Amino acid sequence: MPETPMITIEAVNKFYGIYKALDDVSLDIAAGEFFSLLGPSGCGKTTLLRSIAGFDTPSTGDIRIDGQSVIGTPPNRRPTNMVFQSYAIFPHLDVEENVAYGLKRLKLDASEERRRVGAALDQVRLGHLGKRRAHELSGGQRQRVALARALVMRPKVLLLDEPLSALDKKLREEMQVELRSLQKAVGITFILVTHDQYEALALSDRIAVMFGGRIAQVATPKEIYQRPTTRQVADFLGGMNFMKARITGETATRLSVETPRFGGVTLDKPLGFSARNGTATIGIRPERLRVLWDDARSDFEVAGRVVDRHYFGEITHLIVDIPGMEQPLSVSETNNFGADDIPVGDAVRLAYDPDALVALSD
Amino acid sequence: MAVLSGIEVEQRPAHPRKNRVRWTASDEASGLALISPTLLYAVALLFLPILIVVAYSFWTQDYLTIDRTFTLQNYQTALGEPIYQDLLVRSLVISLVVSVVTVTVSYPIAWFISFHGGAHKNLWLFLITVPCWTSYLLRVMSWKVILGYGGVMNTGLLSIGIIDKPLTSLLYNSNAVVITLVHSWAAFAILPIFVSLEKVDRSLIEAAHDLGDNKLMSFLRVTLPLSLPGVISAFLIVMIPTVGDYVTPKLVGGKDGVMIATAIQAQFGKGANWPLGAALSVTTMVIVSAAAGIAVLALKLLVRMAK
Ligand SMILES: Nc1ncnc2c1ncn2[C@@H]1O[C@H](COP(=O)(O)OP(=O)(O)OP(=O)(O)O)[C@@H](O)[C@H]1O
Ligand SMILES: [Mg+2]
Repeated sequence: MPETPMITIEAVNKFYGIYKALDDVSLDIAAGEFFSLLGPSGCGKTTLLRSIAGFDTPSTGDIRIDGQSVIGTPPNRRPTNMVFQSYAIFPHLDVEENVAYGLKRLKLDASEERRRVGAALDQVRLGHLGKRRAHELSGGQRQRVALARALVMRPKVLLLDEPLSALDKKLREEMQVELRSLQKAVGITFILVTHDQYEALALSDRIAVMFGGRIAQVATPKEIYQRPTTRQVADFLGGMNFMKARITGETATRLSVETPRFGGVTLDKPLGFSARNGTATIGIRPERLRVLWDDARSDFEVAGRVVDRHYFGEITHLIVDIPGMEQPLSVSETNNFGADDIPVGDAVRLAYDPDALVALSD
Repeated sequence: MAVLSGIEVEQRPAHPRKNRVRWTASDEASGLALISPTLLYAVALLFLPILIVVAYSFWTQDYLTIDRTFTLQNYQTALGEPIYQDLLVRSLVISLVVSVVTVTVSYPIAWFISFHGGAHKNLWLFLITVPCWTSYLLRVMSWKVILGYGGVMNTGLLSIGIIDKPLTSLLYNSNAVVITLVHSWAAFAILPIFVSLEKVDRSLIEAAHDLGDNKLMSFLRVTLPLSLPGVISAFLIVMIPTVGDYVTPKLVGGKDGVMIATAIQAQFGKGANWPLGAALSVTTMVIVSAAAGIAVLALKLLVRMAK
């Protein structure tokens, strides 16, 4: 990164007693970036976010915001604002008073304050609800109030802790689109905590995937989906078919393997890779396997038998047993060509692109 | 009363008149039946006596008999005589001071337990109720031991040399009444404040910090307004009974600490003027209610200004 990052997290550890909630976390987040922390429940996402906000203090390590170390700086003096998971709307204040809460301290004159509150409410399309109380708002509206209340402070970094998890699916998808365009409009660095992989993929410029207090991989959505470096990351972000392959050659960056049914391939070596008994784990996404209809041919194909079928509307998951492979392959096929009509027990041939194979660390 | 209501409930099926049956099957009816023992009890022991007192206050004592012609004479005496005016004002002032002091002392304790009690909240609350295990009388008497001429306070102050002869200003005055009442009522004020503090969502306080408040500001702008219901109940719980307190002034108040209840008792007892006693009681009741109302409004106003 050429310019100084907006946020630098350096070797941060956080202990709760003997439990290590954050394990040697280091991260750089650029100004204006939409960054997501993704991981299963209990992996330390909230702990990391709260450490940036100042509600938790790292046991060791440093956090810098815009070049300044903020260790020891209380939350009220950090250039960050947070959207809480529960939204934390003040119940004794109406919507406008909630949004104006942080501005009061700035002692703006009344008209300027009103202008900024109005602008913030318009930004989240709540201009008409200024006089409502918290208990008179729907979940989605509360979420917008929380956003407006944080944005009106013009923070350098906006922290969002699972802001959409309390909303129903449809509203959540709407809010995702809004959140993304809002971030583009205001240009503030957003750090979003989520355990929803699709949310992270759809919204972020970059994603950090966390497991057990450690960061497993940091990359763009496309890269993290197509080129996961560990089996855990691959598994957490969408499904993946795994197979063991014998290593036939190894350089600093490349790995040659002999797979059970996908032939011999040479792949990028993932970071931190170490071979076990001369084998490596190779993965391929279910949607990178295609059913070959009738007498269509492909240079790269495997043959097997359908043992199960799951219907999902626009797609069907076919479970295909391949002779010579330990585990059946999961194939995600669109229903345009009738994948939902393939009877269980039928023989199928599957085409694949060797580029879709990835080598993974365990 | 409970017996009466029991009969009522049992007799229900014996009256099969049509609309009656339908009403008796309703939620309202079963609700009323359920609360009827308590309701009758409350009416009999609370409402009726008050009615009787109010009625008496408009009558006249004629030596041993009661003259039941309507008169406002008693109220003229109750409100007009300087001695009663003084007593009423003093009672009101003492009870207001006691409530303010009790709430002020109790709030930090409740706050501490709620925010820093950790895993031991229940233990703390339990310890606070310990003084209530002894009789109210004993607790008041123990303050005599503490504040008396040769009491703990005086000997203590003497021994560390702050005073060179025992203070007589500690006991038998209104200060002693205030100190004793505050101690007696503190536990009753801590509990409602604690409960309302427990209900304050901690993420709201974090949100306040996040938006720039320091600890004091977030307390004034979030914690305090949201715990106001507890403060108000604590205030009322303390203020209403203390206006009419009889035992404490009698035991530690001396001449200077006499309150209205003593005068009321005198009218019902030695003075043998029940109507005047009744009028004094009703007057006190009305004034306390008004004072309580004003105090609640003032508290709310104060908090509104803080935000
Ligand atoms: N105050 C605390 N004391 C002890 N352990 C804690 C404390 N706060 C968090 N933890 C532990 O630290 C780990 C990480 O917690 P954290 O809240 O960061 O998880 P998370 O990734 O946000 O999970 P979720 O998706 O469920 O919100 C958890 O195992 C949790 O039990
Ligand atoms: Mg969390």
